[in-house]
Amino acid sequence: MKHLKQLLFFMIALQWTVQVFAESAPVEQGDIYKELIEDGNPAEFREMRGKEVWQQKAGPNNVSLKQCDLGKGPGVIEGAYVELPKYFSDAKKVMDLEQRLIYCKTTIQGLTYEQAISTPLSIAGHASDVEALVSYITAASKGMKMAVKLDHPLEKDAYELGRKLFFYRAGSHDFGCVTCHSNDDKRIRLQSLANLLNPNDAQATYTTWPAYRLSQGEVWSMQHRIIDCLRQQRFPEVTYASDSITALTMFMAKNAEGGIYNAPAIKR
Amino acid sequence: MAQPMRIRAKLKGDEVEAKILVQHPMETGLRKNVDGEKIPAHFIKTLVVKYEDKVVLESVLGIAVSKDPFISFSFKGGAKDGKLSVTWTDNLGETRTDSVTVD
Repeated sequence: MKHLKQLLFFMIALQWTVQVFAESAPVEQGDIYKELIEDGNPAEFREMRGKEVWQQKAGPNNVSLKQCDLGKGPGVIEGAYVELPKYFSDAKKVMDLEQRLIYCKTTIQGLTYEQAISTPLSIAGHASDVEALVSYITAASKGMKMAVKLDHPLEKDAYELGRKLFFYRAGSHDFGCVTCHSNDDKRIRLQSLANLLNPNDAQATYTTWPAYRLSQGEVWSMQHRIIDCLRQQRFPEVTYASDSITALTMFMAKNAEGGIYNAPAIKR
Repeated sequence: MAQPMRIRAKLKGDEVEAKILVQHPMETGLRKNVDGEKIPAHFIKTLVVKYEDKVVLESVLGIAVSKDPFISFSFKGGAKDGKLSVTWTDNLGETRTDSVTVD
């Protein structure tokens, strides 16, 4: 009987140890992996490509995007991304970076909306010029503080809608952003999950998108990231550059306020 | 269309640490595109690193290596301002050479 008790105690202790390992070791391994990949980020190549796209004449008007006003004046890209999404008085709406680029393509270059949103997301064997452009523009905000404002009523509306969408659970799995991103120290396999309601996590996450994804071999923009999150949640397919994506981006960008921007980053 | 590499070489003690980031699709030939057609194989077969005229690394790569590969190694006998050059050749016969001076 005594032996049995001892054995039982030993087994419980063993199980506890195994559990602790299972919880902590993979996350540490994930961190080591992160350190190893940070040295060589192919996003740099996408930034180079993005600069070309930015300066390239295109559309019926045959002009480049260099006159595009991303909020800091025509052609200014430095520090533009840390203030987006924001309200633009010329368009009379809140826009994220990609919506603003579409606006510039249609108003300055004279493209139709359909032309401006064609192939925005990279697929196997084909890198998207939009994501290259986004890499180039976001890189110009490196080292700056996230400073999204909620001054205009429409900016407040976008934030509130984003918050609602974040907590909204639906679909075949009764899933929402909140399911994975509202608790500290959770993970799926090696991937630690950010708690986007915790300012530290929100900053660390938002300031490292867009990112070169090793699993995809391409840079993914915030639009691409959110579209794929919604797909994983089994939500109906969301339209590229829709206002609901901008709203979610607004919610996350505001929650990351004060974080030092450091993207395009590199991730799994 | 061979794209430029990004090479860094830094003298650390008596060793030169080389970090090479290559731009290459590294297609295995096993993937399919959105139309279900096979994407043809396109990958680097050999990558050679020379310090001045001496080969310091000779490597055979294949389809198991990721897209945009990153290669890092150290070697002895290098000095500041020495020339390090990297050359790769792929299965389609394309080749590219880039070089830097040791920092």
